[in-house]
Amino acid sequence: MQSKLLTLVGILLIVAGCETAIEETIESGGEGAASTVAGTDVVGADTRSSIVESGNVGTAEVAAVDPVMSFQEKLVQQAGDRVFFDFDKAVVRSDGEETLRMQATFLKHNPGLTMTIAGHCDERGTREYNLALGERRANAARNYLISLGISPGRLSTISYGKERPIVLGHNEAAWAQNRVGVSQVD
Amino acid sequence: MNQKVLLLVGVAALAYMGLFRITGSEVRSETEIDITRGTVEPSPIAVTNFHANDPSALVLGAEISTVIAANLESSGLFRPIDQGAFQQKPEELQQIPRFVDWRQINAEFLVSGMVEVGPDNLVSVEFRLWNVVSEQYMVGKRLKTPKANWRRVAHLISDELYTRVTGEGGYFDTRIVYVAESGPPDNRVKQLALMDQDGENHRYLTDGRHMALTPRFSPTLQEITYLSYFNDKPRVYIYNIDTGKQEVLGDFPGMTFAPRFSPDGNQVIMSMARYGNSDIYVMDLHTRVVEKLTDHPAIETAPSFSPDGQQVTFESDRSGKQQIYVMEAVPGAEPKRITYGSGKYATPVWSPRGDWIAFTNIYRGVFYIGVMRPDGTGERKLAKGFLVEGPTWAPNGRLLMFYQQERPTGQGSGDVGLYSVDILGTNLRKVMTPMNASDPAWSPLIP
Repeated sequence: MQSKLLTLVGILLIVAGCETAIEETIESGGEGAASTVAGTDVVGADTRSSIVESGNVGTAEVAAVDPVMSFQEKLVQQAGDRVFFDFDKAVVRSDGEETLRMQATFLKHNPGLTMTIAGHCDERGTREYNLALGERRANAARNYLISLGISPGRLSTISYGKERPIVLGHNEAAWAQNRVGVSQVD
Repeated sequence: MNQKVLLLVGVAALAYMGLFRITGSEVRSETEIDITRGTVEPSPIAVTNFHANDPSALVLGAEISTVIAANLESSGLFRPIDQGAFQQKPEELQQIPRFVDWRQINAEFLVSGMVEVGPDNLVSVEFRLWNVVSEQYMVGKRLKTPKANWRRVAHLISDELYTRVTGEGGYFDTRIVYVAESGPPDNRVKQLALMDQDGENHRYLTDGRHMALTPRFSPTLQEITYLSYFNDKPRVYIYNIDTGKQEVLGDFPGMTFAPRFSPDGNQVIMSMARYGNSDIYVMDLHTRVVEKLTDHPAIETAPSFSPDGQQVTFESDRSGKQQIYVMEAVPGAEPKRITYGSGKYATPVWSPRGDWIAFTNIYRGVFYIGVMRPDGTGERKLAKGFLVEGPTWAPNGRLLMFYQQERPTGQGSGDVGLYSVDILGTNLRKVMTPMNASDPAWSPLIP
């Protein structure tokens, strides 16, 4: 749903002839950029039929959309900012390894960036233990990035335990989303 | 400082009290209510308005009486009788009561008192406790204080009454520090708040800009140690209640958390996370020397000293999941696991009397608050819920406070609030707070 909306915004930008947006997509380079371009291409292939025109867009509205992606937005788009963990565990899973490999690539392509990984836990534990567990998770992700050649000095960690859930809700689906390390470009 | 201006003038029972058997240990050793076994039927007690000779002091006398009655009622051990049933008037109680009048309304105990407002707004408050059944005088004192301090006098009197009847230490002249919570779960404001144990004199200590967690009182000073996310660097801080000043404790390279004072107030024990691993450290507050107590790749946290300072209880997942351990308070000492029940065991807190360790237990998705002996025997669950956590001891070691989150619906948080319960699992009560509340810490008796 969200990706469709993003795509829609992309199309509108293109339709409006917003050159900076197009430039931005091209210049971002690297593996991540390839997927961005691919994502845009897909629009033509099979999602156009699912797009419903809902009115005309004035130039004022287009101008209101910031065409420059922040590094954080690029990280999310090119690698993903979230590494998930099993219940009461701080071992990076294979899906997390995949995300972290892409994060490492992103960091290598943007050598000036530093990043903070915030460790989180679901709400089904005690407060102090979860602070420790969140710290463990953040460090597990950090260590994996270091093993991929990212300088330790570029990566800091913070734990929020169960204090700042990423996803609202009180069921297993929400809890699974909250057992997470979230990477944030500083 | 409040305690300086509070003058405890009299252990002086008045002259004619000599008529009764009031001297010392003989009377004190008699316990009127044994609260160490089973459910106790609350004792009917008549708390009369403290008498005064001038009208303004009369109001104060009634207020003191109200506070005392509320304290005693909250203990679950007393049932204050409606004043409408009283036959004898307060002014008639400045001599020996007509016990027959009080027996008629089934009072077991009777509290009478007198208030005098002197020069400089100093008030003199005296009270007497009578056993209606045996027609005995039990205890009486006179206290002098600035008028603004009258609530503390009411709490001190409550403690005297409670102690005389139960043989246990009091806990009414105490305060609670806790985390006041507001806002949505993913952007929750968590700030420190302080109040008297009965909810009065409530105020916020921090403004909520930086998340505050796990406050704990110093046993000796008006200080609190807690975890603050000041500048997104979670570290242990010490907050001075009198001055409002605070300082970060030490200069640690990693997150410091789960702080607690040693029983003598000279040290803070806490966890520090280094490269993702949490161990337990002790800092001497005078020399600032830090010792590392545990050295293990497992999570070690939630440390708490025994009251003699010789041992430490903490939780560790070195066995694979959270369990409670006890070790000598010496670096490198071998911890001994004390929990072998079902589920996980967390947040151990040593009772101020040394006889129990309170804990949080998680089993099959349900949270419990319980107590066990320091050797792990005698486990007893006192409360359970969707989430109950973070027990703290009243200074007499007879009651616990903890926090409970109601089962949430939808995406809200589910109300979070404070509860107290006695160590027999009876007298469970909600502690009222202006906002949602977690992480309570009970103060020692105010010095």
